[in-house]
Amino acid sequence: MELPDPIHQFEIKEIISLNLGSTNISFTNSALFMVLAVLFGCGFLLLASSRRKLVPGRWQSSAELVYEFVANTLRSSAGSEGMRFFPLVFSLFLFILMVNLFGMVPYFFTVTSHLIVTAALSVLVIGLVIVYGLYRNGLGFFSLFVPHGVPGVILPFVVFIEVLSFVSRPISLSIRLFANILAGHITLKVFAGFVVVLGSLGWYGWIAAVLPLILTVALTALEVLVAVLQAYVFAILTSLYLNDAIHPGH
Amino acid sequence: MSDPGAGDGGQEQKPATGDDEARLNARLGALNEELESRRGEVAAQSATVAAPTGRAGQGMALRLATEFVAGILVGGAIGWFFDGWLGTSPWGLIVFLLAGFAAGVLNALRTAGVVAESPARSRLEGKK
Repeated sequence: MELPDPIHQFEIKEIISLNLGSTNISFTNSALFMVLAVLFGCGFLLLASSRRKLVPGRWQSSAELVYEFVANTLRSSAGSEGMRFFPLVFSLFLFILMVNLFGMVPYFFTVTSHLIVTAALSVLVIGLVIVYGLYRNGLGFFSLFVPHGVPGVILPFVVFIEVLSFVSRPISLSIRLFANILAGHITLKVFAGFVVVLGSLGWYGWIAAVLPLILTVALTALEVLVAVLQAYVFAILTSLYLNDAIHPGH
Repeated sequence: MSDPGAGDGGQEQKPATGDDEARLNARLGALNEELESRRGEVAAQSATVAAPTGRAGQGMALRLATEFVAGILVGGAIGWFFDGWLGTSPWGLIVFLLAGFAAGVLNALRTAGVVAESPARSRLEGKK
């Protein structure tokens, strides 16, 4: 028996074919799960805030927990001025969290396993940092690249490296999310495939299949953790970068 | 028993040593303020130095590797395009790859908190 193709789960399928001129703007399974994640996230918050009480119920306190968590993350890294970006950071966190957790459901498509999606999200963040940094600080924004107390001789070199370090941010932001989700789902699929292949060999295969089965269960738990962690990391890095836009050095 | 007695004594002596007491109070106030600010500093330091645990620690572990790799990738990519554009192969690639490596190390160390954060961030922490 063949091992199931671990990449097959990331295939993009067109659900409703649409063409705008020569551009393909079809509604795909990826788009479907993005819409589902947004609807689910909004639905969760609407449901949680529909019966507001001073002493929160289960739904309300879970929503308050998420709110407090993101608000504390943002406030501790970007200060109280950063709170004006709370809607953006909260939306990003909730969207990535929902999309990642949706990916953990069998037969569901994982949107963040495509580099183009995570790259678009990080370009949005870095673009906002640059635009808001320039709008708020003018050319003073570029003092971000000039660290304090560096001797004049090596200053050009240090500035050059700081610029490279800044440029690498959107890359690391997008690749981290994409690679973690992609690698996790492939590993999960491969180990689950072992169970099926070994199980088809007869009774001795069944015994051997116990080991990958245990690993699959453990990996599933790990993947849920990674799904939540990656959303958190994306949110905290967004707030750190926004802090650079608000207070760019000196 | 001793407390009211001491209070009485203080009240008795107050007129005579009002000046001294005022000075003492001022000194006590100043010391208290200094103590508070020191405490704040120590708390802030231990908060940053203490190894991040739980979710923050796991988050940082996930960040370290990609921060480093991203620096090298960006350096290599810029060098490659630079060479293609100006026909300086392979010098652009060499220079930018090395600079990208330096940027990657800087990224990783900054994530780990070994190198001081950019001045903006440390200034923000000082304000709090």
